Amino acid sequence: MKYRHTKQIALLVAVILAAVASRFSGSINPYYLQVILFIGINVTLATSLNLINGYTGQFSLGHAGFMAIGAYASAYLSTEKSAGIFQALGGANAFSIALIFALVLLGGGIAAALAGLIVGVPSLRLKGDYLAIVTLGFGEIIRVLIQNTDAVGGPRGYSGIAGYTTLFWTYAVAALTIYVVLSMVDSTYGRGFLTVRDDEVAAESVGINTTRYKVTAFVLGAFFAGVAGGLYAHTTTYINPSGFDFQLSIQIVIMVILGGMGSTAGVAFAAVLLTLLLEYLRFVAGYEWLPDLVRRIASNRMIIFSLVLIALMLLRPQGLFGALPRMAGGRKTPKSQPGPTIATP
Amino acid sequence: MKPFARLALLTLPLVLAAAVPLPAQEIVVGQYASLTGSEATFGINSSNGVALALDEINNGGGVLGGRKIKIITEDDQSKAGQPSSAVKKLISSDKVIAVVGEISSSRSLEAAPICQEAKIPMVSPGATNARVTEVGDYIFRVCFIDPFQGTVMAKFALDNLKATKIAILTDVRNDYSVGLTQYFKEYFESHGGKVVTERSFSGGGTDRDFRAQLTSIKAAQPDAVFVPGYYTEAGLIAKQARSLGIKVPLLGGDGWDSPKLSEIGGSAIEGSYFSTHFSPKDTNPKVQDFVKRYQAKFNAMPDGMAPLGYDAMMVLAQALNAAGGTEGPKVRDALAAVKEFDGVTGKITIDGKRNATKAAVVLKVGGQGKGNDFVASVAP
Repeated sequence: MKYRHTKQIALLVAVILAAVASRFSGSINPYYLQVILFIGINVTLATSLNLINGYTGQFSLGHAGFMAIGAYASAYLSTEKSAGIFQALGGANAFSIALIFALVLLGGGIAAALAGLIVGVPSLRLKGDYLAIVTLGFGEIIRVLIQNTDAVGGPRGYSGIAGYTTLFWTYAVAALTIYVVLSMVDSTYGRGFLTVRDDEVAAESVGINTTRYKVTAFVLGAFFAGVAGGLYAHTTTYINPSGFDFQLSIQIVIMVILGGMGSTAGVAFAAVLLTLLLEYLRFVAGYEWLPDLVRRIASNRMIIFSLVLIALMLLRPQGLFGALPRMAGGRKTPKSQPGPTIATP
Repeated sequence: MKPFARLALLTLPLVLAAAVPLPAQEIVVGQYASLTGSEATFGINSSNGVALALDEINNGGGVLGGRKIKIITEDDQSKAGQPSSAVKKLISSDKVIAVVGEISSSRSLEAAPICQEAKIPMVSPGATNARVTEVGDYIFRVCFIDPFQGTVMAKFALDNLKATKIAILTDVRNDYSVGLTQYFKEYFESHGGKVVTERSFSGGGTDRDFRAQLTSIKAAQPDAVFVPGYYTEAGLIAKQARSLGIKVPLLGGDGWDSPKLSEIGGSAIEGSYFSTHFSPKDTNPKVQDFVKRYQAKFNAMPDGMAPLGYDAMMVLAQALNAAGGTEGPKVRDALAAVKEFDGVTGKITIDGKRNATKAAVVLKVGGQGKGNDFVASVAP
C-alpha cells in the first residue's frame, strides 16, 4: 500500500514540476526547447513500447505507425474540428487552448489505440519474428494510407498545425506513461504480462488468457504512442508521412534494447541519452579546435551514432539497466514448437 | 560512470558551443541540405555550389564593406522530421542571418514556417513545388516552379517528340512528383494529347520493383512515358522498362538531374529527356567559367543542383549588399527586389510570389561519363 502511494506522489510531483518548468520555457533557446520536448516525447514512445517489447515480450516494429495515426488524428482534430469549441469558450485563451489540446491528444491516443486493437487481435496470435514482420507491415500500410489521403496533405505533408505543445504537456504525458506502465506491471493483474513473456505455455497452463494480455499491452502501448504523436505534431507544426517510416520504429526499438528490455528507468534513460547524442553530434562538426579529419567524420552524424550503439551493445548486451538472466530465460521457447504458433485463447 | 555524470558530460559541450563568440566581422549564413540518404547528390552538389560561391564572395572582399560570410551546414539525411531540428538549431544557436536550402520541396516546406516565424529569410536553391514560397514573405527561391516545369515537358512531348499518347508513372510519396504530374496532364490533355494510363509507386528507396506498373504501361502502348520522380527510381525504372520491351523514351523533371542517373540507369536511360535548370554544355561564358571552376575545385562535372546552390548564395550576397545590413526585414526586402540577376542558371528575377522567373532547358541523357546533351530551351 505504502509503495503505491509513493508512486502516485511521484507522478503528482512530476506533473507540478513540468507545469513550473513550463512557465520558464519562454526564456529557453527555441532549439534547446525543441530538443527538450523531443526528449519527453521519446521517453513516452520508448516506455510505452517497452510495455509491449520489454514486459510482454512481443516484438513490435509498428510503433511509428501508431505514432503517425496519433499525430495525424490530433493534427486533423486541432486544425479542422476545434473552431466550434473555441467559439463556445470565447476565442483562443489559455483555458480553451489547454482544453482543446487535452481533447485532441486524447483523440489521437484513442485513434491509435483502436488501430492497435484492430492489428493486435489477429496478429498477436503470432510470435517472435512473425509478429515483428506483421507489425512492420502494418506500420508501412499506415504510412502509405496517409500518403494517399489528400484531406491530410498526402505526400505534401500536413502543415499549419498550431504549436500547442509545451514542456508541461510533454512531461506530464511522459510521467503519466511511466506511472501507468509501472502500475500495470507491478499490479497483480500486471504479473500476467511478465508471465506471458517468461513462458507462454506455462502461463496458458495456469489459466492465463495470453492473447488478452498481449492485446492489452498492445492497445495501451499504441495509445501512448498516439499521444506522443500528437505532441510531436504540435511541436514541429509540420508532419510528413515519410517521417514515420520503419526507421523511426527501429529507433524506438533501439531505445528499448539499449535501456534494457523490461526496465522502465533504463528505457527512459536511453531515450534521453539517444536524443541528446543525436543532437549533440551536430555540434562536434562545428568545433574548430578539433582536427579536420575528426570534424569531417563527425559531420556525418550517423556514423558516430552507429559506432556508439555498437560499442554500447558490446559492453552491455543486456542494456544499460537490464537484468540479463531474466531476459535470457524469457527468450527461450520450447523446441517442440517451431514456427508460428497459434495460441489458444 | 553515474548516469548524471554522463548526462552532465554530454550537455557541457552544448553549453560551451553556445558560449563561444564568433569573430565580430563574420556574417553567418545557415544551410540545411541532404548530404546523406536517398537524395544525397542533391545536397552534396548544391552545397558544393554554395561553397564555390562563398569562395568567390570572400576572396572578392566579402559583403557589406569587407565582412566575410561563414556558412554552417546541417545534414538532414534526406529525411522528414530532420529539417525542423536543423533549422531551429541554425537560427537559435548559430544565430544565422539567412538560411539556404533545400532542393527537396517536402523538406523545404518543413523548414519554411520556422524561418518565417523567426523572420529569417530562406532562399531555396531548388524546391520547385509552388507551395513552398506560399508559406510566407520570407521564403524565396532561385529556381522555376513545377507548374512551369510540367508545362515545359508537356509542350516538349507534343511539339518536339510529336507524342500524342503518354503514360505517367508518379512517385506518390513525393510532393514534387505529384505536382509535376498534375501540371503535365493539364497542359498535355488541353492541347490534344491523351494520357493513356497513370500508375504510381513509392519512392525514396521504398519501391525497387516497378515491373507490375510497367507491364500495364506497356499494354497501353504510349509514345513516351513521363516519370517525374528522383534519379534513383528513374534509373531503375528505365532498366526494368527496357527489359520488359518498352522502347519509347522516358521523360522527367529536374529530379533526374544527377550524375547517378546514368550510373544507375546505364544504357537503358540513354536517349530519354528531362527538363532542368542548366546545361553544362551551354556555351554561355558565364556557364563555362562556372563549369571550369567547379571541376577544378571538386574534380567532377556539375549537375543542375550545383549552379542552383551557387546562384542562391550569390543572390543572397547581392541582397545583403543592397540591404546595407543583416536584419531580416531589410534582407527580405532586398531579396524581393532582385531583378535580372545574371546567374549561372539564367537571368533571375524574383516575382511577386518570391519565385524566380527564368527559362528551363531540356536535356537528352547521354551515356555514362558522356554528360547530357542540350536539346531545347523553353522560356516562361
